[in-house]
Amino acid sequence: MEKLTIEQTVVTSKQKIGNTTLKEPWLIRLILTTISLLFLLIFLVLPLVTIFITAFKKGLDVYIASITEPDALSAIKLTLLVAVIAVPINTLFGIAAAWAITKFNFRGKNLLTTLIDLPFAVSPVIAGLVFILLFGAEGLFGDLLSNYNVQIIFSLPGIILASLFVTVPFVARELIPLMQTQGTQEEEASISLGAGALTTFLKVTLPNIKWGLLYGVILCNARVMGEFGAVSVVSGHIRGLTNTMPLHIEVLYNEYQFSAAFAVASLMSLLALFTIIIKNIIEWRTKQ
Amino acid sequence: MSITIQNIKKKFGNFQALDDISLNIETGELIALLGPSGSGKTSLLRIIAGLENLDEGAILFDGENITEINAKERNIGFVFQHYALFKHMTVFENVAYGLKVRPRKTRPSKKEIADKVHTLLSLVKLEHFADRYPSQLSGGQRQRVALARALAVEPKVLLLDEPFGALDAKVRKDLRRWLRKMHNEFHVTSIFVTHDQEEALDVADRIVVMNKGKIEQVGTPEDVYDHPNSPFVYDFLGNVNLFKGRLKNGQLVHGSYTGPIDETLAKHDTEAIGYVRPHDIQIERTANLEGMVPAKIIFIHAIGPIVQIELHRQDIDEYLEAEISKELFHSLKLQRGEQVYIRPKQLKVFIPDDFSI
Repeated sequence: MEKLTIEQTVVTSKQKIGNTTLKEPWLIRLILTTISLLFLLIFLVLPLVTIFITAFKKGLDVYIASITEPDALSAIKLTLLVAVIAVPINTLFGIAAAWAITKFNFRGKNLLTTLIDLPFAVSPVIAGLVFILLFGAEGLFGDLLSNYNVQIIFSLPGIILASLFVTVPFVARELIPLMQTQGTQEEEASISLGAGALTTFLKVTLPNIKWGLLYGVILCNARVMGEFGAVSVVSGHIRGLTNTMPLHIEVLYNEYQFSAAFAVASLMSLLALFTIIIKNIIEWRTKQ
Repeated sequence: MSITIQNIKKKFGNFQALDDISLNIETGELIALLGPSGSGKTSLLRIIAGLENLDEGAILFDGENITEINAKERNIGFVFQHYALFKHMTVFENVAYGLKVRPRKTRPSKKEIADKVHTLLSLVKLEHFADRYPSQLSGGQRQRVALARALAVEPKVLLLDEPFGALDAKVRKDLRRWLRKMHNEFHVTSIFVTHDQEEALDVADRIVVMNKGKIEQVGTPEDVYDHPNSPFVYDFLGNVNLFKGRLKNGQLVHGSYTGPIDETLAKHDTEAIGYVRPHDIQIERTANLEGMVPAKIIFIHAIGPIVQIELHRQDIDEYLEAEISKELFHSLKLQRGEQVYIRPKQLKVFIPDDFSI
């Protein structure tokens, strides 16, 4: 009790007040910073470093060999091909959906907004299974497809479909809030000045959303290239044919070829780092 | 260009935004659409512009039905309340936009466009701001850019949606006068939407007073101010004192006040409301005229040439507002707290809808 009163009297002096009010947040700041740095170190930096260390463990020759062997090259090519097809399609869809949702009023608008989010809620494995149930040999359209000799499952179309499904929300989700805050007035101004719909889109809407759009495209691309679950179900893991990079890594890992697995993994990590850098540049540009 | 609006109806969901609107606008007129929010004035303007579809009715430009024609083809200039300038373009590019997007056949040459833009920018007194971006301009400057941009396409009709609504009072007044001046020079048929009665009275050739999706009254500013045809117009245009009384024996009775009414209402015996403008309240020191009512002065606001006096009626517990000239105020030597006698010089009686038979 006595101690407490002494402390109280001490605290009343101005200097002490200054010190105590500064001291606590400083301590809290230190703790918070340490926690977040430790977290980042354990869960992000350490794994990333491990990937590169393991990848180069058996030397540069093995590293180069494992990313240039035919199966690896085919996986890289397939991944790039899927990205080149899926990203533009989803970009177009994202713009169209965001445009429709933010600039028009129509029945089922809320339903569309909810449906766009669906792939985030559904497990990718289930997404893959849905396509098997639809287009697989025993699937709903299986007979029809085999009659016309079209193969979707265990080939490129299936992989693209699965990739499209899991990345549907990325561009649209990025654009909807942006376009909502911007409203339709600039477009209306453009039309009242005699510009057509396409001119208005190219000269007014697109410049206003370009950074948000690019951001969405980059996230979409990262996900397309990295998607494992859904693609794994529909691809059939045919080496040199339907293995994308993530699938190829898993195959190598299961065969205990750790260096090779991590070599390919390091390529994907580089892609991720590159994506983050571009993403940050875009964020910085948007703020400007 | 003259505009004819024929029986326009528009619903948003269950809300009847416009209910059978018909209106004729002559070439070169400057029209104000005046009304409270939700009265349908902005909807009407957007429908004329083609930015909104109508459910029923037709719009004619110079007698030609353009109801089905796209906004892009209507050759109108539209000025938005929040400017709607293109953020990523400079002032110059904004003003040039309407000319640059024309199909190649009708598009002026680069030099012609530049000349035109610079002429317009000097008209709105922004010739030194051509390379600025909208974010670097003040609200008043932005709205002037928006006006220049709308005028660049030489519209046959200029439509302005609360053009000065987002600006502060001083700038608003300046721009108002400037708009009037510009209209006198160009004589382009113009319609502007406002909820500010002073703005409408100040600028417009004719005022269209709207309420709940209908037109209440159309007329010159003097017309609608001096001869409102409904309680709503009375209430909305300027201040008004209410005498909520009863019609009896061809007179309006309200407290100890009895006063004459229109002959058309003489045979009614019902609740009625008398409307009196503050400047139609006569103040005297003695009850020297018929129909004078005692009132106590509770506040005097004597700034400017008009003196505003708040009064409390002694016969019934009601408050009044009167406006008299400074000369009269001085000759009467009125003081706060004094008792005086008041009388409406001019009073217009309406029977409220609920009570009419």
